[in-house]
Amino acid sequence: MTWLAPLCGGVLIGCGAVLLMVLHGRIAGISGILGGLLPPPKNGSWEPDRGWRWAFLGGLVAGPPVVAFIYGIAPLGMPILSLPLMAAAGLLVGLGTGLGSGCTSGHGVCGLARLSGRSLVATLVFMATGMATVYLIRHVF
Amino acid sequence: MRPIIVGLSSGLLFGFGLALSGMTDPLVVTGFLDLAGAWNPALAFVMAGALTVTAVGYRVIFKRGRPLWTDSFTLPTRTAIDARLILGAVLFGIGWGLSGYCPGPALASLSAATPGVAAFVTAMIIGLGIVRSQRS
Repeated sequence: MTWLAPLCGGVLIGCGAVLLMVLHGRIAGISGILGGLLPPPKNGSWEPDRGWRWAFLGGLVAGPPVVAFIYGIAPLGMPILSLPLMAAAGLLVGLGTGLGSGCTSGHGVCGLARLSGRSLVATLVFMATGMATVYLIRHVF
Repeated sequence: MRPIIVGLSSGLLFGFGLALSGMTDPLVVTGFLDLAGAWNPALAFVMAGALTVTAVGYRVIFKRGRPLWTDSFTLPTRTAIDARLILGAVLFGIGWGLSGYCPGPALASLSAATPGVAAFVTAMIIGLGIVRSQRS
């Protein structure tokens, strides 16, 4: 039954994306939701309507403890990298999702669901790069 | 009040889904990316479930013409497949493959209060902030 929990989890994620679009008309892309809370460029202005972004992130952080309580499982794994490497990886993910305007949720789920060509290319590229990175770490070096 | 209700409920669904599906464990994620090792297909099932629901849901929603609680949809306007998009996806893929964390699972793991996740999220916010501050 290794497929059932991931499939159900995916369906829940899809429901979250659909809910945000049908009620508030927004793409459920985590990097975009987070980015919209950060300071604007010098001659730009702050994103209006930031309340839903904070609420979304609050729900995202609160979700796993609720799952842990209900199912009696420990869903949060431990980092597999040292602290400095975690910071380096986080910086790459922040720069990359900023430049590429999206991550696994924004491009990989919402963008593909909208049949966006940009999202298809981005998803194929970050999947391939992620796979190449893991290959190099685990099987070459 | 309505934006808060929408944000909180859809964020909770995301947090539930990521936790239930194993995506908040970097070993599960890197296990999917490791085609040459003991491949773990979990992430493919997550994508299949999420994509099916979202694709069908979006079709119905967009046919309706406007969202229920606000005036209009806010959708991405860029269509160009440019160097910036590719470079971004490459950098993201490297960070993702190294750590097994993408933005959603990293934020969803904050309650574990591990220094590694805190460092990742802080650096990710800095990275996003740098790109945002350079936007014209």
